[in-house]
Amino acid sequence: MSLLAPTPQVCSWTQALDNPGSLATYVANGGYQALRRVITEQVSGDDIIAELKTSALRGRGGAGFPTGLKWSFMPRAFAGDKYIVCNSDEGEPGTFKDRDILRYNPHQLIEGMAIAGYVLGARVGYNYIHGEIFDCYQIFEAALKEARDAGYLGDKLFGTDFCFQLHAHAGYGAYICGEETALLESLEGKKGQPRFKPPFPASFGLYGKPTTINNTETLASVPWIMQHGGQAFLELGKPNNGGSKLFSVSGHVNKPGNFEVPLGTPFAKLLEMAGGVRSGHKLKAVIPGGSSAPVLPADIMMDCTMDFDSVAKAGSMLGSGAVIVMDETVCMVRALERLSYFYFEESCGQCTPCREGTGWMYRIIHRIEHGQGKPEDIELLNSVAGRIGGHTICALGDAAAMPVQSFLKHFGHEFEHHVEHKRCMDGTEQ
Amino acid sequence: MATLNIEIDGRTLQVESGDTIMDAANAAGITIPHFCYHKKLSIAANCRMCLVQVEKAPKPLPACATPVTEGMKVHTRSEYAINAQKSVMEFLLINHPLDCPICDQGGECTLQDLAVGYGGSSSRYQEIKRVVREKNLGPLIATDMTRCIHCSRCVRFGQEIAGVMELGMAGRGEHVEVMPFLENQVASELSGNVIDLCPVGALTSKPFRYSARTWELSRRPSISPHDSLGSNLEVHVKDNKVMRVLPRENEDVNECWLADRDRFSYEGLNTAERLTRPMLKHDGQWVEATWQAALELVANKLKAIPADQIGALSTPYRPAEELFLLQKLMRGLGSGNVDHRLRQSDFSLDDKAHGGFWLGMPVTYMSRLKRMLVVGSNLRKDHPLMAHRIRESVRWYGQLNLINAAEDEFLGKVHAKRIVAPSQLAAALAGVCRALAELKNLPLPAIAAHGIVDDTAKKMADSLAGGETRAVFLGNMAQHHSSYGQIHALAQEVAKLAGASFGVLGEAANSVGAVAVGAIPGCGPLGQPAVKGLNAQQMLANPLRAYLLLGVEAELDTHDPVSAMASINAAEFVVVMSPYKGMSLDYADVLLPIAPWTETSGTFINTEGRVQSFGAVVKPLGETRPAWKVLRVLGNLLGLAGFDHNDSKDVLRDAIGDTPTGSVQAFLNNEVSGVTVAPPQTHEGLERVAEVPIYQTDAVVRRSPSLQMTQDATLPVARMHSRLIAKLGLTENGRVSVRQTACALTLKVQRDDLLPDTCVRIPSGHPLTAGLGPMFGPITAESV
Repeated sequence: MSLLAPTPQVCSWTQALDNPGSLATYVANGGYQALRRVITEQVSGDDIIAELKTSALRGRGGAGFPTGLKWSFMPRAFAGDKYIVCNSDEGEPGTFKDRDILRYNPHQLIEGMAIAGYVLGARVGYNYIHGEIFDCYQIFEAALKEARDAGYLGDKLFGTDFCFQLHAHAGYGAYICGEETALLESLEGKKGQPRFKPPFPASFGLYGKPTTINNTETLASVPWIMQHGGQAFLELGKPNNGGSKLFSVSGHVNKPGNFEVPLGTPFAKLLEMAGGVRSGHKLKAVIPGGSSAPVLPADIMMDCTMDFDSVAKAGSMLGSGAVIVMDETVCMVRALERLSYFYFEESCGQCTPCREGTGWMYRIIHRIEHGQGKPEDIELLNSVAGRIGGHTICALGDAAAMPVQSFLKHFGHEFEHHVEHKRCMDGTEQ
Repeated sequence: MATLNIEIDGRTLQVESGDTIMDAANAAGITIPHFCYHKKLSIAANCRMCLVQVEKAPKPLPACATPVTEGMKVHTRSEYAINAQKSVMEFLLINHPLDCPICDQGGECTLQDLAVGYGGSSSRYQEIKRVVREKNLGPLIATDMTRCIHCSRCVRFGQEIAGVMELGMAGRGEHVEVMPFLENQVASELSGNVIDLCPVGALTSKPFRYSARTWELSRRPSISPHDSLGSNLEVHVKDNKVMRVLPRENEDVNECWLADRDRFSYEGLNTAERLTRPMLKHDGQWVEATWQAALELVANKLKAIPADQIGALSTPYRPAEELFLLQKLMRGLGSGNVDHRLRQSDFSLDDKAHGGFWLGMPVTYMSRLKRMLVVGSNLRKDHPLMAHRIRESVRWYGQLNLINAAEDEFLGKVHAKRIVAPSQLAAALAGVCRALAELKNLPLPAIAAHGIVDDTAKKMADSLAGGETRAVFLGNMAQHHSSYGQIHALAQEVAKLAGASFGVLGEAANSVGAVAVGAIPGCGPLGQPAVKGLNAQQMLANPLRAYLLLGVEAELDTHDPVSAMASINAAEFVVVMSPYKGMSLDYADVLLPIAPWTETSGTFINTEGRVQSFGAVVKPLGETRPAWKVLRVLGNLLGLAGFDHNDSKDVLRDAIGDTPTGSVQAFLNNEVSGVTVAPPQTHEGLERVAEVPIYQTDAVVRRSPSLQMTQDATLPVARMHSRLIAKLGLTENGRVSVRQTACALTLKVQRDDLLPDTCVRIPSGHPLTAGLGPMFGPITAESV
């Protein structure tokens, strides 16, 4: 495998090689060629953005926003400081894909960020890495040193006037710092709390300067697109859902792990790649896009293909591509209790509905799970979730509300059973 | 700015682009419920109470943070909007203790008010409520942090207005708490404003705590008697007693803020030290007397003493009417010995000025200056809210330059600063003057001929030559300085060369008013010619036979308390008119209880020449009488003409005419001419640098127990540079014996490496240092 051939392993191709994360491996297989070409041939930023738009590359961090469009929001002609920031603050429960890029293919991310810096006119970039994957931060720092020493980062790259400095920043593990404006606050040395938008980072970002923030996987896909063209990337996937995507499959499967497959791959095929549902059990439900995405029952899920549009149509989100598989032994009340505890714990506390509501929801679910629920609690829970969603500064409020609403929608009978019988349904004790 | 057409609740409005929905609604008189939004603070959008429906938006939007766009249609009272607002209210209330019956905020609480409209009658929350530990924020602010709704107004106030972040939000999620750093207290001189800002009862006034309910209080307008800003007050009264003081909003003066001194000094009104009946010293014993007996005694004594042997002194903290009648009385007796400039030591400008000194511009301009030079001022402590305005200028990219004899944290960016010994202050200004003349290629003023240009002088000159709006200000330290005349003249030249406005930051509430009504020798009301007389220093340097002291506490209010007390003690007859007994029990012969500002009508003229009259808010305590009435009766008893005023308005009219604002403005003038400047002398030995601590400025503040417990009211120390401490063989935090002329004192040594190493900084105006000599001049220090 190499970057020279248009394989569907856009970000994960190095994993088949020896010394996957090293500069030598990367360069020997076509790494940094795209950057060299773009810079030395002075490819125009407009052309690159057009190529990205053709590729239908959509943000891999969760929202699925078209990357080419996001880059076009940047005031590229603005003369002052601008920044490109990579969001490697991978904290969503179930998601573990970006860390593999940092571990096994850091140079493709570095190259992608340098190209982004070139297009957007940013001379400095930051990669904000989640605090709980400190080993990845160390690996990335080592890769940065390699790239600097080899002249892929720094002043006057490839003998041109283009300069690009890239720095890694280790976060401290707060989930909220994955929210892009909270990430910027944290990067500035402040408490990680989301900013109200507008203004958007493209006009008022890091240190108040125009800033573009992309997910690790998104930026790492850029060299591939530069190498093979937007059309080739688009053709990997399906219309409006270009390229391949890393899926972190976890839960009740025989072979959990990261799988990079073209967007549009049927869920059944992804499940098969992960070894299928653990032996002797059958699929009950799937959270298809990380803990914030609404849960989908097995029958709906089995009809989905893994791309932004199909999953959205089914009533959930592709999100970060974290597929959490649950078999029939799962007590959905207990599962939701655990999820809601996460949002209660990770709420930054800035705005009222999330600060007060996440704890309230957790306590109600906890009560139901522990046999102290009342019949009216289910309606109350639905109502509280509805009162949080759409009322908060950032998406964490929605992220906390959506699992609750979807669990109640699809598995409401389990909650009713808990309230009535003060214990789990037969056969669900996990 | 383009005008946009929007619609709120069906009303078509024209608004400026860049406005938020909240701005547009406020302008149209449409109320949108809110907690975290405050017009003077940055937008936080964290309470979510102001969520409104915007057509075509996928979710409710916060009115405070959403900019208007052309054709926007907003519904603040639709079912959709109300549902969002009710949702937020439910969340706010689930963990709120709902202890309104025992909460000081009850009755004036935004949460309480809005809960009536948006809260449920019962709670769906059945869990145990959150409890948050109290914080000790110092003697002024009481906390009940369990009530906090985390709007962050208090945090933003510190960062954005007070200039120092003393409160922060620690923790996450439900565990977020507003707290000070590392168990610090809140020490800002503007801290009390967070009490007003707090929309719930989390931060309340500690001195006022549990003393009254808001609905029991009468609200009466007044004017602050402390610094020269003249903050507008709303005095809250119950049972003829001042219970608390809040700001009365005036965008041109104090905006919606109040310095702690203005807010908490009222406690000094209700002390046991108040003088409530006239008293006479009879054979060394104090006896109470009737007003008639006391005033007749005073009149008879004054008649028997030659007028030029009587000195009348007032503090600049007394209303203009009183100062006017005091000078009228003295001039009626044939003496020009009247003055209020008790802390001034250089009076050489008295025959070189062309009017009363003032700020030189409206106070509001101070918020938008691009280039500033402030000479000899402890800005934050002397003028807390004017310092805030200058901070605002600095935040808007203004450049502040400082020349001073000591450095105090300004809490904002300082472009260039020069800290020199007091004896070198004039020379430093001359340097800037020369640098400016060279830079702009203008003739060098003769008085700056000895100026030496160095890098700092150049940097200041560069700064002052640029920008669109420029100003040079003289502070209290400059005015108290023994070369004030030279400093004033040089600063005037700097301002002229820079094309800057030139102003004097008045020391006290009525510094401008006192000059305007003629309470200085040789200059009558509004500059009318008047008989010459002794100035404050001359009156106190050598004993006169009698002194008439209006509100003066001579041991604290004077430039050189030792010589002042020597003279007063040597006098044969001393009349003290004061609301307090104080130390005057030792040296007075007659004590006349006069009303503090809350018990009399009167007028303060602030440093921008704003004439602000006020009425009494409570009845005088005991036999206390307004001083203007006392002086009027005394004038009658002395048989003087023109003492027939019916009320204080009559007195003011007599003093400055029917159009006080216009007359005062016409009289104000900072121009001086004919000043000669001596070449700088190298000063042998150590110099004293003195400031008046913020909570020692006047008699009322000194008696406010809560203010006296703040960090700004700690005991005076001798501050010295570490080099000086080492040179003198002293130790930090050890003791030092300081000596000025014949007076010695032992003080604690405190290191202050921002001071010049030839200076010892010891505050004046404090009982502990009252035994020391002049505020500036030679001083010696040695180990004990």
